[in-house]
Amino acid sequence: MTNDMQAKIRSNPKYAELVRKRSSFAWLLSIVMLCIYYGFIMVIAFAPKILGTPISEGAVTTIGLPIGVGVILSAIALTGIYVYRANTEFDDLTKQLIEGSK
Amino acid sequence: MKRLTSAIPALGAGLLALLPSLAFAAGDLGQAQQQPTNWSAIGMFVVFVGMTLGITYWAARRTKSAADFYAAGGGITGFQNGLAIAGDYMSAASFLGISALVYGSGFDGLIYSVGWLVGWPIILFLIAERLRNLGKYTFADVASYRLSQTPVRSFAATGSLVVVIFYLIGQMVGAGQLIKLLFGLDYMVAVIMVGVLMMIYVTFGGMKATTWVQIIKACLLLSGATFIALAVLYKFNFSFEALFAKAVEVHPKHINIMAPGTLVSDPIEAVSLAMALMFGTAGLPHILMRFFTVADAKAARKSVFYATSFIGYFYILTFIIGFGAIVMVGTDPTYLDAAGKGLRGGANMAAIHLAHAVGGDLFLGFISAVAFATILAVVSGLTLAGASAISHDLYANVFARGRANEVTEVRVSKIASMGIGVIAVLLGIVFEKQNVAYMVGLTFAIAASTNFPVLVMSMFWRGLTTRGAVIGGFMGLAAAVILTVLGPTVWKDVLGNPSAIFPFKYPAIFSMPLAFISIWFFSIIDNSARAKAEREAFDAQLVRSETGLGAEGAHAH
Repeated sequence: MTNDMQAKIRSNPKYAELVRKRSSFAWLLSIVMLCIYYGFIMVIAFAPKILGTPISEGAVTTIGLPIGVGVILSAIALTGIYVYRANTEFDDLTKQLIEGSK
Repeated sequence: MKRLTSAIPALGAGLLALLPSLAFAAGDLGQAQQQPTNWSAIGMFVVFVGMTLGITYWAARRTKSAADFYAAGGGITGFQNGLAIAGDYMSAASFLGISALVYGSGFDGLIYSVGWLVGWPIILFLIAERLRNLGKYTFADVASYRLSQTPVRSFAATGSLVVVIFYLIGQMVGAGQLIKLLFGLDYMVAVIMVGVLMMIYVTFGGMKATTWVQIIKACLLLSGATFIALAVLYKFNFSFEALFAKAVEVHPKHINIMAPGTLVSDPIEAVSLAMALMFGTAGLPHILMRFFTVADAKAARKSVFYATSFIGYFYILTFIIGFGAIVMVGTDPTYLDAAGKGLRGGANMAAIHLAHAVGGDLFLGFISAVAFATILAVVSGLTLAGASAISHDLYANVFARGRANEVTEVRVSKIASMGIGVIAVLLGIVFEKQNVAYMVGLTFAIAASTNFPVLVMSMFWRGLTTRGAVIGGFMGLAAAVILTVLGPTVWKDVLGNPSAIFPFKYPAIFSMPLAFISIWFFSIIDNSARAKAEREAFDAQLVRSETGLGAEGAHAH
């Protein structure tokens, strides 16, 4: 039975759609995360002064702080975005696919 | 480059080892002075231990099958698992070490926090749900899914055990020092206590007890840290500008604490460390194992989202705590040593002293007990992961070749837990006087160069063969270990040679690509019939990894 379903799923166009959509979304978000993080590290390595700029005239707080915290929040936001889309759109697609191949 | 040599050990150490920045600020770990016996801390800790032993008793009565033992019967929800992952990951080092680093250098502490967090999204996007769909109890289930069981499981179990043992050494030595410092107990007594408690949790309560110990610890740590951070902000009417202005005024480095200092300056070291942190997290066996405790891929995803949120929130708190310590601890002579410069008890005491400053003796006791609980939760997770590698991978699938029954398998893993506990205590005692700061960097480099490449290639690359996985994986392992030993941290600092043979402290930038290239190369030159069958099996594996069709529910009931 499983082999039969395997074959049905593989020949179902929705399967190709699911794999394509999810993989490209996952790799896209991974690349965004890598760029944000390595961008942050590179600024620290090559131009640390930029992060020492005061947030406004005369302020002690520097833009480095909101940027650093922003990297942390972006990691949380990206996971949230992925989980939302995967748990709704991708899971619906998976469900249809399995139902349709029974 | 010179700046970096002093920066990177602190960076690596600050990441996971307990008491990391002792290496950074106050010499090595062996110098923690024994403090007077702290009864309120001990009292709180006894309450925590009593509670967790009660849970272990409850869990033990419900742990019957192998699925219960390894994966808590798959009955953990996404939210609970997210808390447990956070509890597994937020070590005493992140709490004490990062706040100490912020106390010492301000902004630089944030670089650590960020590095610790960014591996989680990658785990979610590429690994979590596929792992849940393909595996049952260990990541070796996934790596060996369509490959030859004996060699691939032997390799994966070796990779897991090496990571677990190195990680445990760092944790045990740190635990002994921390407990000596906080509770005024003897080092030996502290190490044996940690060893005995973790053996009890894991052997009797399996994954259920371990999970709940981690959840309770995560709640205690998050609420304790929240209270300290709020107390600090309250003092400044919730104005960050006011807090920072005061910190800049009283800190010896003044305005320099508001910008990156000297921690990261060499791009190669920085990227190498960043790679180890980001991808190493995705190769830690005790972390990967947590994904088998939930019912399905949906819950696995949710658990990463919750874990990332809790861990990120926690790192933001440690930053506030570090600045709070600059203002409230650094200016109060009662917390300073005789010379009036360093902190009493060492640099890692910043958060502990701050707890006393905002909440008095009782809250100090609470935070000390939380720090101890933190260690217990981390070592229990490690022990369980090591025991599973021995019983599920080596015993059941390599030696008994699938003929072992569940009862014997669980018995073997209980014996293995005890064995790992004894070994951890012995290593903790042997390494007492050693500087173990490099262990953390090594652990992450090994995980990123050994487990992670094989796992990713097995999930995503059709061409992977048994030969490629085993040869490539072992080459990554060997490269990470050899380059660390030949590098400045071990060759120069530990072995006392005048200069290092390999110039970089962190090998991941070399060892991780080496692993990927060798896996690829030894796979493509493999033209055996077995290799052909393994490539053909990829399509079926992909269907299961993408749809969860046929995924084994650990939830047997």
